[in-house]
Amino acid sequence: MEIPRHWRLKQQRYGLVGEVCPHCQVKVFPPRDVCPNCGGEARTPYTFSGRGEVYSYTTIYEAPAGFEDKAPYTVALVKLEEGPLVTAQLTDLGDKPVEIGMPVEMVTRRLRQDGDDRSILIYGYKFRPVMN
Amino acid sequence: MRQVAILGIGQTVIDEHWDKSLRDLTVEAALAALQDAGRETAGGVFVGNMMSGIINDQNNLGPLVADWTGLRGGDAVKIDAACGSGAAALRSGLMAVASGELDSALVIGVEKMTDRPMREVTAALATAADADYEVEMGVSFVGLNALIMRRYMYEYGWQHEDFAPFAINAHANALHNPYARLHQKITVEDFEKSVMVATPINLLDASPIGDGAAALYLVPADSLRGGTRILVAASAAATDTIGGHDRPDMLFLTAAYKSCREAYRQAGVGPEDIDVFELHDAFTIMSALSLEACGFAERGRGVRLGLDGEIGPTGRIPITTRGGLKARGHPVGATGVYQVVEVVQQLRGECGPTQVPDARVGMAQNIGGSGATIITHILKRE
Repeated sequence: MEIPRHWRLKQQRYGLVGEVCPHCQVKVFPPRDVCPNCGGEARTPYTFSGRGEVYSYTTIYEAPAGFEDKAPYTVALVKLEEGPLVTAQLTDLGDKPVEIGMPVEMVTRRLRQDGDDRSILIYGYKFRPVMN
Repeated sequence: MRQVAILGIGQTVIDEHWDKSLRDLTVEAALAALQDAGRETAGGVFVGNMMSGIINDQNNLGPLVADWTGLRGGDAVKIDAACGSGAAALRSGLMAVASGELDSALVIGVEKMTDRPMREVTAALATAADADYEVEMGVSFVGLNALIMRRYMYEYGWQHEDFAPFAINAHANALHNPYARLHQKITVEDFEKSVMVATPINLLDASPIGDGAAALYLVPADSLRGGTRILVAASAAATDTIGGHDRPDMLFLTAAYKSCREAYRQAGVGPEDIDVFELHDAFTIMSALSLEACGFAERGRGVRLGLDGEIGPTGRIPITTRGGLKARGHPVGATGVYQVVEVVQQLRGECGPTQVPDARVGMAQNIGGSGATIITHILKRE
């Protein structure tokens, strides 16, 4: 079990909090203090809207330990409307076929359980099709 | 810096070696390389390995390997760059010998993967990616490559079966490599019908894991007099973001471009001079991306080389001539050393039916992660 590791990431996992670079205005997720665009110091928090579109996707049949009971499930690269790409599961798909360009929005869902049935439940962001 | 030559090579068969441990495999490859080099000692031992700590409950492989191969007492370390560990270990040994710090080095890549169930190996392989922002989302290592492949197919309009020649060529070549994991010819129909792993990547897009070890013995070139020498003409490493999503352009292997450009510069050659290219075909999509980044095809056109029959042993750019990761097998931390061993075999003219005629310049490129570490070596026969 890695309780502190998941606790440390709570702002990112539940709130999609990244950073905005004060030098070049690029918005960064996850936050990384050194701007990947201009190399300047970036420590200004920025909360992303959670809206974006599917850039690419895959349905995983052979899952890593911790995720096997959920297979098959779909993971996407989501292009957030503010710019960055995020790797995340898609959820609430129903019968809707996934397509590149599909509008999606962030929701909070259970990712997995860390260890046996008495261990912590890890929650975080997933993305679902935008409800019209 | 001194010119370095590869004096000896060794390798084990890649397989599910239920009867052999990590140290058994290492010793087998190391002793083969020592024997091939005609040496009994080495100035230092450089071990490339990715997952011994996770899978085998064993770290500190430097002294373990040195001890069990009879090279106890000298410098010995393990080098990790995920699936690029083998080439990273070679590069470390190379720098030690080239700089004059050591007068010889034994480089060994080893991975013992099949002692654990596949779900645990799948999780261990995923540690090559970003633990917090990729792996925790449930994406496997195959899945990361699948995301790249899907977008590539979307951008450039390729169908899944267009990637088949990469797998078919690798399997055809592996039939003649006694060390290969798979000896099975495949067809386009097999490729299209294969079981799905992570859409659009199926089992025949993906390289099989396996247990194996390979080794190289390095010496200063000027210590060898007379006869044919295999020289390391270039060694260049480059890195990119650990997370695939952090790259401004996921469909171009920027680190491959950087490392091979630098390697071409060091060796004084260009893509047109490369007689054989052992690339990192962990997945068919990676073959296409490597060929594009290294100057053999325009962007989005790497697949075309396979469809046009240019990648076989007598084609314009022979790749995976001993089976590649796809059919020789992918014992992850050992793969980069296997690739260089195979280039040496090509330059020595030891490859039988998959021998590239009069191969003089060979390139090997090893990738760690989904493009995060990319290391290119160029060898020349003279």
